[in-house]
Amino acid sequence: MNERVWEILLDSFGKILLKGLEVTLPLTIASFAIAIVIGVVVALIQVANIKGLKQICRFYVWIIRGTPILVQLYVIFFGLPSIGIVIDPFPSALLVFGINTGAYASETIRAAIESIDKGQIEAGYCVGMTYTQIMARIVLPQALRVAFPSLFNILISLVKDTSLASSITLVEMIRQTQYVIARTYEAFWLYLEVGLIYLIFCTVLTKIQSYGEKKLSSYGGQ
Amino acid sequence: MSMLSIHNIKKSFGTTEVLKDVSINVSKGDVIAILGPSGSGKTTLLRCLNFLETADGGEMVFDGERFPFQNVSKKDIHRIRNKTAFVFQNYNLFQNKTALQNVTEGLIVARRMPKEQAEEIGKAMLDKVGLSDRYHHYPSQLSGGQQQRVGIARALATNPEIIYFDEPTSALDPELIGEVLDVMRQLANEGMTMLVVTHELGFAKNVSNHVIFMDSGVIVEENSSREFFEHPQEERTKAFISHIDRKS
Repeated sequence: MNERVWEILLDSFGKILLKGLEVTLPLTIASFAIAIVIGVVVALIQVANIKGLKQICRFYVWIIRGTPILVQLYVIFFGLPSIGIVIDPFPSALLVFGINTGAYASETIRAAIESIDKGQIEAGYCVGMTYTQIMARIVLPQALRVAFPSLFNILISLVKDTSLASSITLVEMIRQTQYVIARTYEAFWLYLEVGLIYLIFCTVLTKIQSYGEKKLSSYGGQ
Repeated sequence: MSMLSIHNIKKSFGTTEVLKDVSINVSKGDVIAILGPSGSGKTTLLRCLNFLETADGGEMVFDGERFPFQNVSKKDIHRIRNKTAFVFQNYNLFQNKTALQNVTEGLIVARRMPKEQAEEIGKAMLDKVGLSDRYHHYPSQLSGGQQQRVGIARALATNPEIIYFDEPTSALDPELIGEVLDVMRQLANEGMTMLVVTHELGFAKNVSNHVIFMDSGVIVEENSSREFFEHPQEERTKAFISHIDRKS
């Protein structure tokens, strides 16, 4: 590694990191927020066994988990324009990652809800609460704590999966790196550099996760 | 006049008939112990009365109102549950709520009582079961006996006309049973109407005024508790009493 490479790396680090903060991070956080909302709703519909809607939810999870994200991105970004629907790269990515991650989150949340002892639901009924009240006040708060580590796992995957959005022309960290490579031909070092930046992002998230787990460590610290 | 009567309740799980035509009458202030071997249908009976299970036949007359088990609206179920309370074998406390919140939840959420008023009642109920120093503990920080007493406080808070107890001491270590039975004895003395599924013969003998002995989904024998223990009529009853007595 010579001085020229060093300069390229130092020069590009800020640019790539900036795209990370401007694009990758907002895309990840916004998609994850959408995913959690979808996940909770889809999980509750299945647990409550609402006829019709439940089948739709199963179908959604089946389709999304059974096809590659890349295909989903292509369908939205390159496919929809042929029927007259044109969506910009960022909203396309947001839509796909939100819906995709929502399917995985829903399964995690569903399993967590089912792990909560049914006796508490019966007790809720016996003190006069409705199903909705019991879910909102007793079951979901506990389930989300149970699901927290798995949901965080999904979030960490999502940070890296957003790199796929480079394939629909979104200028996030990978695409920014590729621009630099096109000018400098230092593919090896620059890909290592962007990998390092992803690693930094994920390390920070991992720290947040262990802090969160400690904070949430169960009611009254079991 | 009876406050609650059950006529010909039936319940099957698949092909197994768990309750075959059981009828009972409960008057205000009654403390009725329901005894019987495991699988005799006594817990199912209690669960049907609060619609945690749906009975296949029979009816309930509660406060003069008639409710056929097979044809009772959600609204009526809600109304009946608001007048009754249930104490579970495994306590079933809300794990994400403190002792006090467990007691006030039904008041604040289901009955829309102002929080201050609910907490006043909640504290009074916890005081009554001897947990004045445990208001803000979570269930995981309490012993089994303490959890069950929170369960009883939760049942009392809604000022029910009757409390159903489903084997309230069966999950407890022997040294913790006494504190729960003491609370139940106190409630009985205060005139609370109670229907208690139990294996505690001492409780049935000394606290309840009436005993129902069930086996295989039918009532084998019922009587005032004194008569029941001093002059049991049926062979199965005699065998059951002597068997349990020997164990304890």
